[in-house]
Amino acid sequence: MAQHLKIEAGGGERQYWHDVWRYRELFYFLAWRDFLVRYKQTFVGVAWSLIRPVLMMFALTLVGKIGRLPTGGVPGPLFFFCGMLPWQFFSTALSESGNSLVNNANLVAKVYFPRLVVPASSVIISFVDFVIAAVLLFGMMIGYHFTQYHFNLPPQIIYLPCFVVLIFAASLGAGIWVAALMVEYRDFRFIMPFVIQFGIFISSVLTMTSSVPAHWRLLYSLNPVVGIIDGFRWCLLGGENVIYWPGLVASVLVVTLLLTTGLWHFRKMERTFADNI
Amino acid sequence: MITVENLSKRYFIGHRNAQGEGLRHALEGWLRNPWRRWQQQRTAKEEFWALQDVSFAVKTGEVMGIIGRNGAGKSTLLKILSRISEPTTGQIHIQGRVASLLEVGTGFHAELTGRENIFLNGAILGMTRKEIRRKFDEIVAFSEIEKFLDTPVKRYSSGMYVRLAFAVAAHLEPEVLIVDEVLAVGDAQFQKKCIGKMQDVAAKEGRTVLFVSHNMGSIIQFCNQGILLEKGRMVTHGPIEAVIKTYLSTASKNATWHRAGKTSAPPSRPSVSFTRIELCDATGTPSLELDVRKHFSVHMEYEVSHPLKALELGIRILTADGTPVLTSIVSDANPHALTVEKCGAYRATVTVPGMFLMPGSYLMNVVAHLSVGEVFDFLPGVFSFTILDTGTNYTKYHHNHLIGVVMKMLPWRDEPILPQPAWDLIQQAESATTF
Repeated sequence: MAQHLKIEAGGGERQYWHDVWRYRELFYFLAWRDFLVRYKQTFVGVAWSLIRPVLMMFALTLVGKIGRLPTGGVPGPLFFFCGMLPWQFFSTALSESGNSLVNNANLVAKVYFPRLVVPASSVIISFVDFVIAAVLLFGMMIGYHFTQYHFNLPPQIIYLPCFVVLIFAASLGAGIWVAALMVEYRDFRFIMPFVIQFGIFISSVLTMTSSVPAHWRLLYSLNPVVGIIDGFRWCLLGGENVIYWPGLVASVLVVTLLLTTGLWHFRKMERTFADNI
Repeated sequence: MITVENLSKRYFIGHRNAQGEGLRHALEGWLRNPWRRWQQQRTAKEEFWALQDVSFAVKTGEVMGIIGRNGAGKSTLLKILSRISEPTTGQIHIQGRVASLLEVGTGFHAELTGRENIFLNGAILGMTRKEIRRKFDEIVAFSEIEKFLDTPVKRYSSGMYVRLAFAVAAHLEPEVLIVDEVLAVGDAQFQKKCIGKMQDVAAKEGRTVLFVSHNMGSIIQFCNQGILLEKGRMVTHGPIEAVIKTYLSTASKNATWHRAGKTSAPPSRPSVSFTRIELCDATGTPSLELDVRKHFSVHMEYEVSHPLKALELGIRILTADGTPVLTSIVSDANPHALTVEKCGAYRATVTVPGMFLMPGSYLMNVVAHLSVGEVFDFLPGVFSFTILDTGTNYTKYHHNHLIGVVMKMLPWRDEPILPQPAWDLIQQAESATTF
């Protein structure tokens, strides 16, 4: 029971991951708190988690209709929802976890716990929204199946969990980068909304990746979300939505890089969070 | 068991001007010289050692009081011990689980109910859900908030808030409990209860407590060991009585207090800071030794950065062991004095009458705060002064403090209940019946 703790400059790495495990319930509690608090004093409450993606889908479908954007033979709402699902997760996770440390400044300055818990639990709560929206998407697909657009789920749907893991890792990697940077440079508070608003146009949410000129494609795929959105459409819709393998490899590499450097940078900066925040 | 060896903590005080701060500055520096960026930045800042070479040991079951004036490094030491910030050099070894209570209700969320906050706060302090459930009833009973368990804490009174927060932390069952000056917020009865709980924790359960307070009274009641910090260095450590004695004797020997260092450019938030405080005897000469028969005055000079509606100034006189004798605030005398219309430097004076404080040693605190709320400047123990016995009616008592802290001539009336002739008659009647 009696554990021994050694505190010194540069702290122990092993102890850190041990602490992350010891504080594992805090992931849940912080996510739970944010979830409870988010819909306090709202009229429709948790229903916002459903209303938001639906509104977004209508908006995108409208834009797609007006711009006559190709959807690969799939009904617009389905096509856009498939792209929006991972994008929405990535963007909310990024902005929430990016702001999370600064928003919890009082905690960071006054209590010890592995700081990684804070941005990670923000990603977890965005993931809850993602799951709710995903259920909605499946409902829509079933609805379409029985009414106007008859289609069968492609066999590659079994790969869907891989893409879910990938988007989760991408969100966490980017989130902890921004969270750590935000502690010192509040500039990111202004940069992030811009990145997120602009990102929707360069992340294949509205377009098919195949409509990008071939010689730009690999560069375009360096945006990790592109490969993941392609993957979602490939797994769920199939048909003309094929996967661009070099792009996917690029995605996986960029996500791995983002996550490992993110962790490294976060751990490095973490020591001074309490002093700088 | 805690051992602290050669602990130091360095901060860099930024000398970067406002426009050079942030990302732009960092990028600019990096573009100019990608490789030497960090070294350049470091040398541009001024070093400040919040703690320097502090070493001590606390045995299991001891209650250690940490005392020192503002800026002595107490909070930094607690922050390092609770692993919130890292030491620059040195090592600490702690045996057992550490819980720290550096602020009341850290992690409480105003929108959540008492019940929800118990779980959240418990988890933040490192308890598992199972532990919290097991302790839940005890926590609720200790905090006395049963009725309001399902009310959002934003509707709690500050007393209820503190009680709940302390209750969670006190039931953490840590081997080492670190408590900063958090009890100052609760009411006296609850403070007593908390101190009792902490004493229980230390004595019965054999746990170690580290305790910071400005209140020498509660320190001396509660702690058996102490360390004294001054400007980041440890001055002394040992039994608490000896440490407090040293603390009081090192208290400013100067009847004039100046703020060390100039306050920087006007901050964005309103601030009030004392620049100079003087304790003067009846003739207007600064002195720490005051005649019991004569009045003395405190002159405060302070700077106000923004116009303020409710600026309150106050002094408190305490006995040497920290028991408050008297608190006086500016609005007691003049309710309209609270509004400061222009920023700038001001001067306030308060006079304490003669023939009032018993001869002996006293401390004085000076504070500037909003009449309800934020504390701008607080100088605990800014003066440690002596009231000299120059001969009063009370001189005949040897131990002044045994008969009281203050003196006041009270009007006495002393007379027979019945007029003299009637008394004589009764006496005669009584002696007659006895025969």
